[in-house]
Amino acid sequence: MSELINSSLRELSAALAAKTVSAVELATLFLDRIERLNPALNAFIALDRDQTLVQAQAADAARRVGAGAPAISPLCGIPLAHKDIFCTRGWRTSCGSKMLENFVAPYDAHVVEKLAGAGMVMLGKLNMDEFAMGSSNESSYFGPVKNPWDLACVPGGSSGGSAAAIAARLAPAATGTDTGGSIRQPAALCGLTGLKPTYGAVSRYGMIAFASSLDQAGPMAKSAEDCALLLNAMAGFDARDSTSLERPAEDYARGLEQPLAGLKIGLPQEFFGAGMDDDVRAAVEAALAEYRKLGAVTVEVQLPNSGLSVPAYYVIAPAEASSNLSRFDGVRYGYRAPDYADLAEMYSRSRAQGFGAEVKRRILIGTYVLSHGYYDAYYLQAQKIRRLIAADFKAAFEQCDVIMGPTSPSVAFAFGAKSADPVQMYLSDIYTISTNLAGLPGMSLPCGFGRNNMPVGLQIIGNLFDEAKMLNVAHKYQQVTDWHTRMPKLAEVAK
Amino acid sequence: MNWEVVIGLETHAQLQTRSKIFSGSSTAFGAEPNVQASAVDIALPGVLPVLNREAVVCAIKFGLAVGATIAPRSVFARKNYFYPDLPKGYQISQFEIPVVSGGGLDIRVGAGDTAKFVHLTRAHLEEDAGKSLHEDFHGRTGIDLNRAGTPLLEIVTEPDMRSSAEAVAYARALHALVQWIGICDGNMQEGSFRCDANVSVRRPGEPLGTRREIKNLNSFRFMQQAIDFEVQWQINEIEEGRAIRQATVLFDPDTGETRAMRTKEDAHDYRYFPDPDLLPLEITADWIALVRSGLPELPQAMQQRFQSELGLSAYDAAALTASREMAAYFEAALESAGRDNAKPVANWIMGELSARLNKEGLEIAAAPLSAPQLAGIVRRIADNTISNKIARDVFDALWAGEGRDADAVIAARGWQQITDTGAIEALVDEVLAANQKSVEEFRAGKEKAFNALVGQAMKATKGKANPQQVTDLLKKKLGV
Repeated sequence: MSELINSSLRELSAALAAKTVSAVELATLFLDRIERLNPALNAFIALDRDQTLVQAQAADAARRVGAGAPAISPLCGIPLAHKDIFCTRGWRTSCGSKMLENFVAPYDAHVVEKLAGAGMVMLGKLNMDEFAMGSSNESSYFGPVKNPWDLACVPGGSSGGSAAAIAARLAPAATGTDTGGSIRQPAALCGLTGLKPTYGAVSRYGMIAFASSLDQAGPMAKSAEDCALLLNAMAGFDARDSTSLERPAEDYARGLEQPLAGLKIGLPQEFFGAGMDDDVRAAVEAALAEYRKLGAVTVEVQLPNSGLSVPAYYVIAPAEASSNLSRFDGVRYGYRAPDYADLAEMYSRSRAQGFGAEVKRRILIGTYVLSHGYYDAYYLQAQKIRRLIAADFKAAFEQCDVIMGPTSPSVAFAFGAKSADPVQMYLSDIYTISTNLAGLPGMSLPCGFGRNNMPVGLQIIGNLFDEAKMLNVAHKYQQVTDWHTRMPKLAEVAK
Repeated sequence: MNWEVVIGLETHAQLQTRSKIFSGSSTAFGAEPNVQASAVDIALPGVLPVLNREAVVCAIKFGLAVGATIAPRSVFARKNYFYPDLPKGYQISQFEIPVVSGGGLDIRVGAGDTAKFVHLTRAHLEEDAGKSLHEDFHGRTGIDLNRAGTPLLEIVTEPDMRSSAEAVAYARALHALVQWIGICDGNMQEGSFRCDANVSVRRPGEPLGTRREIKNLNSFRFMQQAIDFEVQWQINEIEEGRAIRQATVLFDPDTGETRAMRTKEDAHDYRYFPDPDLLPLEITADWIALVRSGLPELPQAMQQRFQSELGLSAYDAAALTASREMAAYFEAALESAGRDNAKPVANWIMGELSARLNKEGLEIAAAPLSAPQLAGIVRRIADNTISNKIARDVFDALWAGEGRDADAVIAARGWQQITDTGAIEALVDEVLAANQKSVEEFRAGKEKAFNALVGQAMKATKGKANPQQVTDLLKKKLGV
């Protein structure tokens, strides 16, 4: 049984189909591991063994009844966990905030609905930076998540709970969301594969909004193949999200085995300059060498405006967040301060007490940049930069098929290393933010280890709707490397 | 020294869609609090707005009806402010690029034929807020979100009006138009049509004065009272040497006064920005053409047709197109009475019928007298079957439900006019014989005596004798 903790989703699917394991047994295996390891990691913040097992029993029943039927998803009976940003009927959805400490949504997010529809079994809800604002998981109201590779280090953020849970093999897969790198950076820091799809590919319905024009849900798992299977279930048009793209369904796994001979990899010089740690650079260069061996060629491309991505992002994202988070006012649901003299005080105290420091900082920045007299200078300028960045990518993709570079400038850092300096923290997303601004798909996959034997992530950026191509590019690399199968000691010891 | 009053109006017309502008909840009025509030309406975390295309159709209809420009691409924006009945903490509205720009409508003050054109600045789509209920909660406030998300069209004029009468005339014309094109039920009690008036005064020829905005006027009478009070207040302030400060004011119908709610200094910074949850609203020429093909004939066009084809005055044409029901009644009556009778049909509708409806508090659609019945009366006047006087009796009888049509009433009551020359001649002879005194007085030069003789003849036939024939024969007999 315990060897299944490191199995791919295809292997788990085959085992379930062959009845060598049941969904209930699988769920129990992971729930038991969560019970043992989660206290040290703090990845899960909501668990409900009974509900999980009910779902597992239903999956087993579905496989029995529909054995061999095409209607049975290959994912049926495989456990996964959801980032606590996704609304889940009957489970608390906190978004990592005191504000929603007691909030239970009366509906499932589109993503939750789709994965449940495929028969996936929900193990629980995963810790995250408060309202997805952070790159280290230190801003969660429920305490930081620890990196399974080194408990003194951050797992990355904001999908840090998702990353830590998979790295520690507490779940075979998880959902994440990525507004400026929140899937890719924790995937890199925890040695996982994570994909942020093209904006609009996965519905945002039921996903608590941080920055609406940038937020995108995606899969996090051990391998590109796993991500492809998950994305097959997650993606698709949803009429409840006006920004959801109306495109025919596609099989993201269809091209996984395509050979890479002749693949043109664009290397933006801006991603290989100063600011990247040497250990990260070495691992990324080694991965590029591996790609050349696979027949790919590398070409230099330019993304001249990428240096403006962090400042533009920290205008646009807080602006949208300041408005998105206005609904948390203590009136209808969520935290309300116990004492207040009047309406204004009810608002200010509920929000002052219900939100953490990073969230308040971003609400203040966002409110400021949208204010009368500043809007043109900040918000409109940032939108112009956003268009320039998108144009840069468009030009670059005329010269190459995919773009590669580091996901994060450094491996996982120690708790507290950057939390005192927001700008340092914001710069951890320097390589990931521009894809969100351009709406492009991006992914991170493990490509080696750096300082203190901590994982390094290789980033792949694709053109719009090129997820299948990117997954192919990642998968071929994972067939000749084994970084993605490596487990932290903590996970192995607990076998 | 005289003052010029300058008024611009902003009107919120609730659009007649079945569901809300960004959710599938019903928009029906009067339900129990919060039963028509979905997850989207109460702004639960993670939910998203989806635009109701019916609301857009309403906006397009309006744009076409006022001859405005319909933007091929307009943008929904968030208007950010905190209020307990505003669930998201922002209202989705349109700011920089509204769906409708320009256009305008003709208004008439008084009985003249001259119209004044009021220019519209814009009309944009937005959602309504919920309601705060301050009673029955023991010092607390209740929130009813049934209305939250109800589609509104906010229609803004240029500062074109120069009196409270013009403002009311505009509001009435707009009120009639939105109902005419079927986008708003016009129910002012339920808040489906509410106006804000921006009022300022200046010396003629000077730049615009500082304005104060009177909020939420929900009747035409209050609008007139509020503006009149406000204008006088502003004039007094200025004449006593005080400057007007920009402010939002409320009208109190009990005192008939306006009072400041907030001044510009504490005005909100709404931090408008394009709503990232909604794509820009794109309206193609095809969509506009489709909506245009479903529009009824507009009052303006109908008025022109009534003038050119029927020879009615501009005033009559405007009065007959005051509502779609009125126009439909007129056209139905006309069809039955024939085009030659357009003027008498118009007169009967605007006169007798309107007066009676008014007296009994009825809408024209509920008139007990149908358009063909009214036309029947007009036809019998035209062919001399009855006189105008008898016609009013026929009208009363039909109104009361007596008889199928005018002919039936006339026959049953024996009200046919006597037009047989022989019979009238005999009658005239009788009258002359029986009223020698009047004849002598007439011959002595007393003109009035002639009328007395006509009166006697009419009286003897209970008004049924054709008055013209009686007059002619009397003149002949008396040798005039």
